Amino acid sequence: MPVLAHHSVGPPGPGRRKAVKRWEYQAVPRWVFALAAAGALFILLPLLGMVAKVNWGNFIPLITSDSSRAALLLSLKTAAASTGLCIVFGVPLALVLARARFTGQRILRALILLPLVVPPVVGGLALMYTFGREGLIGKSLSLAGINIAFSTTAVVMAQAFVALPFLVLSLEGTLRTAGQRYEAVAATLGARPSTVLRRITLPLVLPGLVSGAVLAFARSLGEFGATLTFAGSLQGVTRTLPLEIYLQRETDPDAAVALSFLLIAVAVVVVGLTYRTPKLPAPRGASGRGLNGGAGARAEVPADTGTDAARP
Amino acid sequence: MTLELNATIAERHLDVSLSVGPVETLAVMGPNGAGKSTLVQIVAGLLKPDGGQATLGVRTLFRTGPAPLWLPPHARGVGLLAQDPLLFPHLSVLDNVAFGPRSKGLGRAESSAVARHWLGEVDALELAARRPAQLSGGQAQRVALARALATDPELLLLDEPMAALDINSAPFLRSLLKRVLAGRRAIIVTHHVLDALMLADRIIVMDCGRIVESGPTAAVLAHPRSSFAASLAGLNVLTGSVTGTFVQTADAGLVTGRLTGSFAGAGTPAGGGTEGLAAFPPSAVSVFLAPPQGSPRNCFPVAVTELEPHGDHIRVRAGRLAADISPAAMADLGLEPGSAVFFVVKAAEVAIYPA
Repeated sequence: MPVLAHHSVGPPGPGRRKAVKRWEYQAVPRWVFALAAAGALFILLPLLGMVAKVNWGNFIPLITSDSSRAALLLSLKTAAASTGLCIVFGVPLALVLARARFTGQRILRALILLPLVVPPVVGGLALMYTFGREGLIGKSLSLAGINIAFSTTAVVMAQAFVALPFLVLSLEGTLRTAGQRYEAVAATLGARPSTVLRRITLPLVLPGLVSGAVLAFARSLGEFGATLTFAGSLQGVTRTLPLEIYLQRETDPDAAVALSFLLIAVAVVVVGLTYRTPKLPAPRGASGRGLNGGAGARAEVPADTGTDAARP
Repeated sequence: MTLELNATIAERHLDVSLSVGPVETLAVMGPNGAGKSTLVQIVAGLLKPDGGQATLGVRTLFRTGPAPLWLPPHARGVGLLAQDPLLFPHLSVLDNVAFGPRSKGLGRAESSAVARHWLGEVDALELAARRPAQLSGGQAQRVALARALATDPELLLLDEPMAALDINSAPFLRSLLKRVLAGRRAIIVTHHVLDALMLADRIIVMDCGRIVESGPTAAVLAHPRSSFAASLAGLNVLTGSVTGTFVQTADAGLVTGRLTGSFAGAGTPAGGGTEGLAAFPPSAVSVFLAPPQGSPRNCFPVAVTELEPHGDHIRVRAGRLAADISPAAMADLGLEPGSAVFFVVKAAEVAIYPA
């Protein structure tokens, strides 16, 4: 092992795994800690400010009113449905972006990530002009008697629209880190592509898929702009928790604050339970030698010279 | 049932053609970057060549040209064992080995039975319940071998299977390979001449994407033609044109030796000018500070370029030539890089054979 290798990334041998002593030295200057603390405060202080404003005496009645319960229930239902949609379409998207090679791939990736940077209101308008009554597809749908806009379906679609990139981005990263070497070995063992996907690829990237889904759920839970634009604000049908909070803000600030706290609590619980720190890939899987040359990926494979030269 | 392959990849300057018989193990050797791993990936179906075709028995693996064909890796019946064991980290050892049979459509119980059989063959049955992370490098590679064999591949590809193992595990895997490769068709990429000698019937030496030498292992090592094969065999090899029992070399002048190979029976063609090689082991070379007088010996004036320990001896390198001397002789001579010395070899120690 090279002298400067980190102890925990050595080749796993018998007994070596247990005796991992982390390096004491960390190359982080002190002023970075100061800035990091300021950044953390910037997030935490407003939360604290809001918690301080919660009317604890009335908290339970405030969050159990009819409109609040309807909004919370609708939010959980639609966010769950939207996360499901994101998984169904996001996993194939991430696979295609991470594994396949085709022209226009970079453009496709950029376009799929667009909802991350476009204001949600704009996303809602786009959905409206596509699936709304007078929209591109909505017109034909409405002739067939299907009206999507201003329905619970519209809420789910608006949420999925803004949340999908989170899942795709997270999963694509995990797929790329995992690499194709296990998949290549599985193929030489006689496994068809679908078998490889089911038994090797998906189990290997499960942590990335879970954190992607959690992010998508959290984003769906907080969705406001696109929902309001495309689905409106009908109690029990399209008025999710964020919309309810916005509505109550004028008439009943105490209720708005209580509901905000509830929303934060739900988000913290969901994220805290399932989201894990991104782990480094296993040392063995990360060594860049051998089967890197997946089918069709020749352009990305280091030339034989490069990999051979790395051998001690 | 043979593997017939020829393939080109322009980007990597690869152009090879070879065949492997039904029960034959072929060793592929060559310097770094020669294209050995590329060759393995082409046969396994992980890399598409620009041109060529390959057949394994009656099956066409790939074919370019007017009616192109490409068999995906899972349909090739070609097993692969790489330098990294690449055991699936989320499956137990038993499930890793059972993966192949399961993928072929065998039932759970039947696959487990096959897996247990092959784990037994590699002396790893007691590891069946473990996770790959709980194995040592040598154990993991044995399990990976069992996994590759459990699919009963028609051709087994071994891409430097022992390169990542420590010196204690490598010999065990080597003898294990010797046992399981008997009666199989296999290609083994290796850097160690011992692997070629122990495991392979035939050897090809690659350099810069081409096959520069091929033949039975013993023959290639006895009469190396490429400088790589010469270094494998641990021989000094000089090339030139043969006249009588002399080789006129470009860099070392006239070399006297005994005729071997096809020269031994027929002699050298009259008139000379045939291309030939002169080979001698470093142990046959004596090192002098002044040219010795009298006896009919080869004497090369050289400058020492490198000194390195080599077993019980010191290997003295001077450009392409090497001499092995004892530490005592080394102390007497007081050699250091740059020293001007004379490498002296008896004619009887020099084998001359056709290029």
